[in-house]
Amino acid sequence: MTPVTSPPHGHAAAAGANGAPGADGLDPEAVSAFQAAFDTAVAADERIEPRDWMPDAYRSTLVRQIAQHAHSEIIGMQPEANWIARAPSLRRKAILMAKVQDEAGHGLYLYGAAETLGTSREELLDKLHAGRQKYSSIFNYPTLTWADVGAIGWLVDGAAITNQVPLCRCSYGPYARAMVRICKEESFHQRQGYELLLALTRGTEAQRAMAQDAVDRWWWPSLMMFGPPDDESAHSAQSMAWKIKRHSNDELRQRFVDICVPQAEALGLTLPDPDLRWNEERGHWDFGAIDWREFREVLKGNGPCNEQRLEQRRRAHENGAWVREAAAAHAAKQSARASQDGASRTARSEP
Amino acid sequence: MSTDWPLWEVFVRSRRGLSHTHAGSLHAPDAQMALRNARDLFTRRSEGVSLWVVPSSEITASSPDEKDPFFEPAADKAYRHPTFYEVPEGVRNL
Ligand SMILES: [Fe+2]
Ligand SMILES: [Fe+2]
Repeated sequence: MTPVTSPPHGHAAAAGANGAPGADGLDPEAVSAFQAAFDTAVAADERIEPRDWMPDAYRSTLVRQIAQHAHSEIIGMQPEANWIARAPSLRRKAILMAKVQDEAGHGLYLYGAAETLGTSREELLDKLHAGRQKYSSIFNYPTLTWADVGAIGWLVDGAAITNQVPLCRCSYGPYARAMVRICKEESFHQRQGYELLLALTRGTEAQRAMAQDAVDRWWWPSLMMFGPPDDESAHSAQSMAWKIKRHSNDELRQRFVDICVPQAEALGLTLPDPDLRWNEERGHWDFGAIDWREFREVLKGNGPCNEQRLEQRRRAHENGAWVREAAAAHAAKQSARASQDGASRTARSEP
Repeated sequence: MSTDWPLWEVFVRSRRGLSHTHAGSLHAPDAQMALRNARDLFTRRSEGVSLWVVPSSEITASSPDEKDPFFEPAADKAYRHPTFYEVPEGVRNL
């Protein structure tokens, strides 16, 4: 089991009031002692746990990153769920449902981890719905054909795995533990996508062309998933110092390209990059320039599906309100009834 | 005010013979729903044979810092460990 710890007495108490000393009301000497203890723990590769003292900026960086990650998992359900009803066989349908359900689970593990830092589920969802917290740009691209389900599994989940494996050693305990669970589940996601594409490439000419078209559309956005190049990445250096991040964006991107090239070859598909070639000297594949303008546009909200994704998320949340309210009312009634029964039993046993 | 359902801690016994281990937490309106949600969230791949759910608010924790005086009484009692004792060479099964 890989637990996603939450603060033992609930998220409401997780921030300042959790018994862990916050920055407020502490004399500077105490703060510097706490800071020193924190730095030592990070340097020694120990994990920081929810009730430990941590710098405010470390906490807010983690909340931002974990929230964005959680939002990506649940928004990411949409493009693939779009194909569940149209899956070409019962086998593929069952697989796709299991995958989409896993992504919901990943979202929940991550929301749980974020909540250990003193934020609430409600606050996180409100910020997503208001567009004040982001999710991965990759999910703002449409899934036009069945082959897109394969390309997403192979490339998008593949890029996610490359990003996420090092996060299993992240300095913040609950996040690292959530990532261990997630990574275990992701490998099936990637394989089912690859197998789906393989089936298409072994099919008719039209099916092979469909697979190639999907790879052509998903390749570059997948490379963008690693974030801006190192020299433009605002938070990278600090995150590396805190051991939230273990490798730079460009390093992980290169690792992903190197992994994908032979896999594409085995599929008999080409990656849409004329500059892709083996560099003997570096021992890596060279690849072409990424269109960062497109990345920034999608990030700004001008991707093909930004509005649709957020709109559907809001609608799902609103449509579920009556279920949440009914369940809460039922729980209140049950506990009122239980305490009434308890009271009358006590009354009867009195002499 | 938050309309979030209460938070529950989930403990999973992964197989017979092992203790329940903390797996994570989730929100649910009541214990029954917490159990069902825990099954769907933490045992989708037969990771468990038994589940406990506990309201997070019911857990009492020791103080935050693990190196804190609360645990100090154990620190200077090395004689509680077998390695503390000298055993002459050649003496076996001790
Ligand atoms: Fe995921
Ligand atoms: Fe996935």
